[in-house]
Amino acid sequence: MPIELKNVTYTYMTGTPFERTALRDVSLKIADGSLTAIAGHTGSGKSTLVQHLNGLLHPTKGEVLVDGVSLAGKKKEAGLARRKVGMVFQYPEQQLFEETVAADIAFGPKNLELSEDEINRRVRSAMEFVQLDYETYKDVSPFRLSGGQMRRVAIAGVLALEPKYLVLDEPTAGLDPQAREELLRRIAELHRKKKLTIIFVSHNMEDIARMAERVVFMHDGRVLVDAPPSEAFFANEEIEEAGLAVPPTVALLSRLQENGLPVEADAFTVEETVKRISRAVRKKGGTTC
Amino acid sequence: MLTDITIGQFFPGTSVLHRMDPRTKLLLLIALMAAIFIFDTPGGYAVLTGLAALLAVSSRVPLSMYLRSLRPLWWILAFTFLIHLCSTPGEVFFRVWIFDMTKEGLVRGFFLCLRLALLIVFSSLLTFTTSPLSLTDGMERLLRPLKLVGVPAHELAMMMTIALRFVPTLIEETDTIMKAQQSRGADFSTGNALKRVRHLVPILVPLFISSFRRADELATAMEARCYRGGEGRTRMKELHVGGIDYAAAGVTALFLAAMGAMKAAGV
Repeated sequence: MPIELKNVTYTYMTGTPFERTALRDVSLKIADGSLTAIAGHTGSGKSTLVQHLNGLLHPTKGEVLVDGVSLAGKKKEAGLARRKVGMVFQYPEQQLFEETVAADIAFGPKNLELSEDEINRRVRSAMEFVQLDYETYKDVSPFRLSGGQMRRVAIAGVLALEPKYLVLDEPTAGLDPQAREELLRRIAELHRKKKLTIIFVSHNMEDIARMAERVVFMHDGRVLVDAPPSEAFFANEEIEEAGLAVPPTVALLSRLQENGLPVEADAFTVEETVKRISRAVRKKGGTTC
Repeated sequence: MLTDITIGQFFPGTSVLHRMDPRTKLLLLIALMAAIFIFDTPGGYAVLTGLAALLAVSSRVPLSMYLRSLRPLWWILAFTFLIHLCSTPGEVFFRVWIFDMTKEGLVRGFFLCLRLALLIVFSSLLTFTTSPLSLTDGMERLLRPLKLVGVPAHELAMMMTIALRFVPTLIEETDTIMKAQQSRGADFSTGNALKRVRHLVPILVPLFISSFRRADELATAMEARCYRGGEGRTRMKELHVGGIDYAAAGVTALFLAAMGAMKAAGV
């Protein structure tokens, strides 16, 4: 089993009056080649959860296994396992520090002590993948780029580590709609073409509905729902408890259904929703405009 | 991790100490600190230690937090004790190599350590029970008379408030940046001194950039709200000295007088 969390409990600031339990007995298995979305309200424990996946935080109780190796150990094995998991933080552009784009992306591979050629190859391919032209941008200061471009540089910096698993914490936060579309498409492509196992945290139910093969809803440090989108978005009670909203397409279709239109509600893209509605309207014998 | 730091932290509460005016607390702290240096007799220390313990209990802050506040000074305390133990002339009771440990040294070392510990505990009493905001408010009011000689009391207090306000934010940000760079394979804990300094670059550069950005945004926000310094500024929460404050000042004065009498009597 690739990534496995076994009864993980995590408490911040143990032994002070500020003690706070962020995760309570969380068990999860993340299959190879899957695309999982984690959603939840602020403070639901989702960021704490993903920081366990590459050993940044160690469970107060329980265990995290990557490819069968526990991340808690001091041994080399545990270190290697941690490296298999790439982690893109929220607002990753705030971690850029080098003088040039290429040097910043090379920071990760350099830490892995790879050869010069290999580093160059990885920087090139990572930049290509996030669609930043190598020749144009390699010597540019990352601080001269636009917000969307900076984020792409930061993501390239993680991709250059060539991780087997990629964790993204709210990758589209603060981007304009166009940059966001583009980034989501890149992530989907990483999953499809490079067969990366992807875990992403998001508030945005639309993004989740469109992208994910599996959805995990968190609330108060617990896993509330763990199911494919076609089921997860119909767990109305749990969605409400988690303080989340049903994706707009599902909400619209559900309302139509309630009002007697024979339509299936599990469509997550606008196109698909339009198709279903027009099909249902035709079937009902009404006039389409 | 970094976010677990508790030094100088405020513990919200409703105890008598929490409800006192910050100015009273500041002035009484100064008085008590002076007392620690003036009434340096065993009797004086007994009274002060008793008072510190009493106040610590009445603050309703977990007592372990006071011990925790002593922890950063553990080495200084131990060092002070050892120096005095070995360098005070007197009756030798133990000898290691060239170091003579004397009974007089034992006593002096103990009292000096106690003095340092008392200073820290009394200061902790203030910072644990007073929110940073009301603390700077109190300081501003106390410094106000100095305005006549050109001390910018309001500006100093505002700078301190802003600095204090951003400490937790910066700690959190440092924590995130460190984690992000660790995720990219950075290692902060190994290597020689030079290497470790170099490892700080990936943390410090992003931290500086975001601090400047924040400072810029804050300045704009303050200007947009017509902030022009202390002149003619009113406050939402006015400080006022109440019954508790007079009582506390009275009790402290009583203690000080008692200690004065004890010193005069040579106890």
